[in-house]
Amino acid sequence: MPTPSRSWREIPQRYRLEAGKCKGCGAVFFPPRVVCPQCGSREFGKTRLAGSGKLLTYTIIRVAPRQFEDQAPYAVGIAELDDGVRLTAQVVDCDFSALAVGMRVTIEFRRISEEGEAGAIYYGYKFVPE
Amino acid sequence: MAGIVGYGAYIPRNRIKVEEIAKVWGADAPGYKKGLMLEEKSVPSPDQDTISMSVEASKRALKRAGIDPREIGAVYVGSESHPYAVKPSGTVLAEAIDATPDVHTADLEFACKAGTEGMFIALSLVQAGAIKYGLAVGADTSQGAPGDALEYSAAAGAAAFIFGKDGLVAESVDTYSYTTDTPDFWRREYQYYPQHGGRFTGDPAYFKHITGAARGMMARVKMKPADFDYVVFHQPNGKFPLRAGEILGFTKKQIEPGWLVPKLGNTYSGSSPLGLTATLDIAKPGDMILVVSYGSGAGSDAFVFKVTKRIDEVRDLAPRTRFLLDNDKNYLEYGVYAKYRRKIRKAE
Amino acid sequence: MRDVVAIGVGMTKWGELWEKSLRTIFVETALLAIDDAGVDRIDSMVVGCMSSGLFVGQEHLGSMLADYLGRIPVPAARVESACSSGGLALRQGFIEVASGISDIVLVGGVEKMTDLTGCETTFALGTAADQEYEGFHGLTFPGLYAMMAVAHMHKYGTTREQLAQVAVKNHDNGSKNPLAQFPFKVTVDAVLNSVLVADPLRILDCSPITDGAAAVVLCPAEMARKLKKPAVRITGSGQATDTIALSSRQDITWLESTHLAAQKALAMAGRKIEDLHLFEVHDCFTIAEIMVTEALGIAERGRGGRAVEEGLTSLKGRYPVNPSGGLKAKGHPVGATGVAQAVEVIKQLRGEAGERQVKGAKRGLTQNMGGTGGSSVVHVFEAD
Repeated sequence: MPTPSRSWREIPQRYRLEAGKCKGCGAVFFPPRVVCPQCGSREFGKTRLAGSGKLLTYTIIRVAPRQFEDQAPYAVGIAELDDGVRLTAQVVDCDFSALAVGMRVTIEFRRISEEGEAGAIYYGYKFVPE
Repeated sequence: MAGIVGYGAYIPRNRIKVEEIAKVWGADAPGYKKGLMLEEKSVPSPDQDTISMSVEASKRALKRAGIDPREIGAVYVGSESHPYAVKPSGTVLAEAIDATPDVHTADLEFACKAGTEGMFIALSLVQAGAIKYGLAVGADTSQGAPGDALEYSAAAGAAAFIFGKDGLVAESVDTYSYTTDTPDFWRREYQYYPQHGGRFTGDPAYFKHITGAARGMMARVKMKPADFDYVVFHQPNGKFPLRAGEILGFTKKQIEPGWLVPKLGNTYSGSSPLGLTATLDIAKPGDMILVVSYGSGAGSDAFVFKVTKRIDEVRDLAPRTRFLLDNDKNYLEYGVYAKYRRKIRKAE
Repeated sequence: MRDVVAIGVGMTKWGELWEKSLRTIFVETALLAIDDAGVDRIDSMVVGCMSSGLFVGQEHLGSMLADYLGRIPVPAARVESACSSGGLALRQGFIEVASGISDIVLVGGVEKMTDLTGCETTFALGTAADQEYEGFHGLTFPGLYAMMAVAHMHKYGTTREQLAQVAVKNHDNGSKNPLAQFPFKVTVDAVLNSVLVADPLRILDCSPITDGAAAVVLCPAEMARKLKKPAVRITGSGQATDTIALSSRQDITWLESTHLAAQKALAMAGRKIEDLHLFEVHDCFTIAEIMVTEALGIAERGRGGRAVEEGLTSLKGRYPVNPSGGLKAKGHPVGATGVAQAVEVIKQLRGEAGERQVKGAKRGLTQNMGGTGGSSVVHVFEAD
């Protein structure tokens, strides 16, 4: 069981979608990086990701890893947000039959998983149909 | 003059009908529907809880308020289903809306009135000049014991209010609270479901405090029922708020816009707060709204709000409460509902 | 750089080996390779293993296996790049011999996967993905590849049937491989009706959970001549990395790391893809083989599905892919796979592949991949 520190560290990203914007070339990275893979700059400013986008791809996971067994089957997808950044997350509140490449989605704050009945609860972002 | 600067609602899209629950327990569905004036209730998905709903409702309140969240000086979450017994819901909310670290946070509980408690405290701090803006949320994903009467009504939802002194959508005219020690409904630590006093939850509990608070509030502001455009009562079922209105002298028309329970169920700490968001969604500038919550244990918080012109500018900056209630519903069977609500005993 | 040759190979039957521990599986396999090589000493050991730590709680594998092989104090290292750990081990062994640092190097790959429950295994395999931005959300490997499949099908019209044909072909080949975990044939119907794992991938689109090991002994060409051993030369080695998360990939329907690693290996070997006679590639999922054939240049970009449908990659086709049965039929003990691919190519180039022999095979290629393409290792082999 990991300590809560690992998840706590990602709060700005998971709760507020804070990304890094390279001061050298303007590229946006989520999660933020220390060095820009495009121009090599080591200076970044903070920015927030757009709250909506479209699905580039998706699937329905039926055989889940530990901590997600109770959730299966669940849909996941990669969306390209309106600011061009891509994000991977579950797709919820959507009938599986309605999932489609190109569908518009919005980001919502949801419970992601928990370390059993007594462990920490992890929150983060998921996609819902726009 | 302090009041509401922004408001937001969140209702999960899952529903379960009274008939579906009654079928499993061999109960009289038409009897329950008629007796409770209830048709269906909202059900949270496993990934929705008091915290997640509070965050989304608060984001909607921020959209209507149009303020910088870093200017929020206090964040309160009132619920009887906080995800942790010890670790605040409020801190997760405060981080998610970027109000940290310069913020006071507290979690509140008082059965169904924890939401309005937070509202009272946030409003008071603004009035006192201690903070510029205060956020209060009433949210719950409460449980009713399987087969118990409360199972038909225990629902999920959240309503958030940002209080401040400028950019008001509704001025707070006054507040009044009426409290006694009345053990009508409780849940002991480590118990999964609450217990209640059956018919004792009626006259000596709900009605005594609702009418006590309503009358006390109206006396303070020297108003009569007819002086109000709308009234929102705590809604444990469809019947109680209508009967409270009759007792006090309000008309059904005054109650209707905020009377969500027949299709929503009892959202506990979200109950009267969501009734208020639904009323604000349709109110006109100048309208007077009386809100009276009720929490078992027992007590009622009353508020009088006067709607301002700004309501017309902001009401559609976020989804309306009735839209969330009526749109894109996903009906569940009892088995899935029981799975979502963790009523099924699983392996360790 | 010296010329490097493989003079010994070893592989045991793969499957759910309940009675054998990780060290036993490795040692039995390594001994086969050492015996086949006919050498009495080894100068260095490199072992590929994705995650003995998560699977059986054992790290420090280099020393542990050197000890149990009875070869301490030989220098030994364990290398990891998820599912391409085996290929990476081969590359490191190749580099040691080519550079002159070591003469006789034992390259091994091993994974013992069946001591964990299904959920825990899915989790362990998932550690090849981005833990905080993919794994955190409940992504699994089948899930990630399923998303690649959906995108590939959407962009190029690749069909469900074409994916199934990869499994059918590989099982057909695997049925001729006595060491394979699943030496039986399957039909397209059986694939299309098997249980869904992550839509549209079904259980028969997915390589299995397997225990197993493979080993190869390398030495400089000169030494093989002196020992008078038939040798298969490793003429090219290439490796490349790509983003860890699928969402950061330039094109999620294309395996750039495979493309680049292959270019490097072929350039080193002075060969083009058309010069090669057989290919052992990383079909962790049916869609992966389709995408790999495109990245290698066997099929045009987007037409990997057509290629398998038209028989281009079948045992008797122009570009036989996975004559061993691939990961699908042979099994996929993660860290062992890359080495087993080399074992197959070496056997084929020696003419020892029995029923699944590719006629006249003189040159072959192995492609081993980690994660969703975050790493690829390619080697080119030639018979004298």
